[in-house]
Amino acid sequence: MSEKFAEYAHPEVLVTTDWLAANLNSVRVVESNEDILLYDTGHIPTAVKLDWHTELNDRVRRDYLNGEAFAALMRSKGISRDDTIVLYGDKSNWWACYAFWVFKLFGHQDVRLLDGSRAKWIAEGRELTKEVPALPVGNYPSVERDDSQLRAFRDDIAKHSPSPIVDIRSPQEYTGERLHMPDYPNEGAARAGHIPGARNVPWGKCVQEDGTFKPLDGLKQVLLTETGFSPDQKFITYCRIGERSSLTWFALKYLVGVKDVRNYDGSWTEWGNLVAAPIAQGEEPGVFA
Amino acid sequence: MLERVRAVVDDFQAMEGNDRLQMLLEYSESLPDLDPRFGDNPELLERVEECQSPVFIAVEGTPDQINLHFSAPREAPTTRGFASALNSALNGLSASEILDVSDDFPSQLGLDQLISPLRVRGMRGMLARIKRKTAEIAAN
Repeated sequence: MSEKFAEYAHPEVLVTTDWLAANLNSVRVVESNEDILLYDTGHIPTAVKLDWHTELNDRVRRDYLNGEAFAALMRSKGISRDDTIVLYGDKSNWWACYAFWVFKLFGHQDVRLLDGSRAKWIAEGRELTKEVPALPVGNYPSVERDDSQLRAFRDDIAKHSPSPIVDIRSPQEYTGERLHMPDYPNEGAARAGHIPGARNVPWGKCVQEDGTFKPLDGLKQVLLTETGFSPDQKFITYCRIGERSSLTWFALKYLVGVKDVRNYDGSWTEWGNLVAAPIAQGEEPGVFA
Repeated sequence: MLERVRAVVDDFQAMEGNDRLQMLLEYSESLPDLDPRFGDNPELLERVEECQSPVFIAVEGTPDQINLHFSAPREAPTTRGFASALNSALNGLSASEILDVSDDFPSQLGLDQLISPLRVRGMRGMLARIKRKTAEIAAN
């Protein structure tokens, strides 16, 4: 194990490109991207595609799949309950982290993330294939989703103050200067600003230039020292729709070792539309009232 | 509906399910390379902010013939596919023909449920910008 990994609280959930290349046949590799066609242009050998938008969400209710539908999805992907899953994707693993979080809502035991994501694998000149693996149907029981430990809802936010809330959007979104992240569409929030009390730690502060996570010291610096938060507090992370905050959720929980971290997937597209919900604007966190 | 536009809609509607996604992938692979003069003058291109990936367009020509140019990265094949479908449907048409194209064209391809309405919205943004620029050319 590398020195960097050895310092993390749970180093077993992160794998290097070297490790993955050597273990492709003993794990189930899953690619989860923002771009739904990217997998089809070439992917890591043996990887299956998982789409966060069209596959992990219920088609009617604004929620994730239920246990039965998730089990059916896993079986169709050739995934069994005792498989070791390695997730990776585009955009510094945003959607891979999001999928990781959803796998954990269903209590999948052994899920890991490829440090550096798809971009690092490609930058290293490693093999890509367009071949879709022909996998036997997986053995996956229906397991009830447990939102209670890892997922925050709007009512939890109101009860959370003054515990740490980490807003991982851009500084302009946090202050309220703009309603959506630079270069991205406005996904329909009526108001701009942040949840009062939340500290702004843009997600990019957790990763290095090559897309890999910062060493432990760097993560602690931006997530704890600069926010004044303590690792024994209860954390909630949020962003715009919950995908980038999954990356910070992952860093807090598995790398820094914060025990109680929940991701608020309703995020700003919900909070910025809630009638009468308190909002703070400007650079100050403000007070929840 | 214009024959050119109809042909693109038919390409997609002739397919079902994942084959329709493959059609979008084929379109993404056939987007023409950007005219090199834009590389030296990037200010001639306009960014489509509705798209999640960096995509740029330029709309040029006369009311009789509108010429379209697109730039979208290969790591964003969905966006490239949208650009290419618009290019196939609209490039070289007259201004009035482009302005007559339904704003609903992106949904007519039948991709909303397959790739999510949110993603299709980027294509609507591209079409809206093309039509706005086209209207400016037509008014001059």
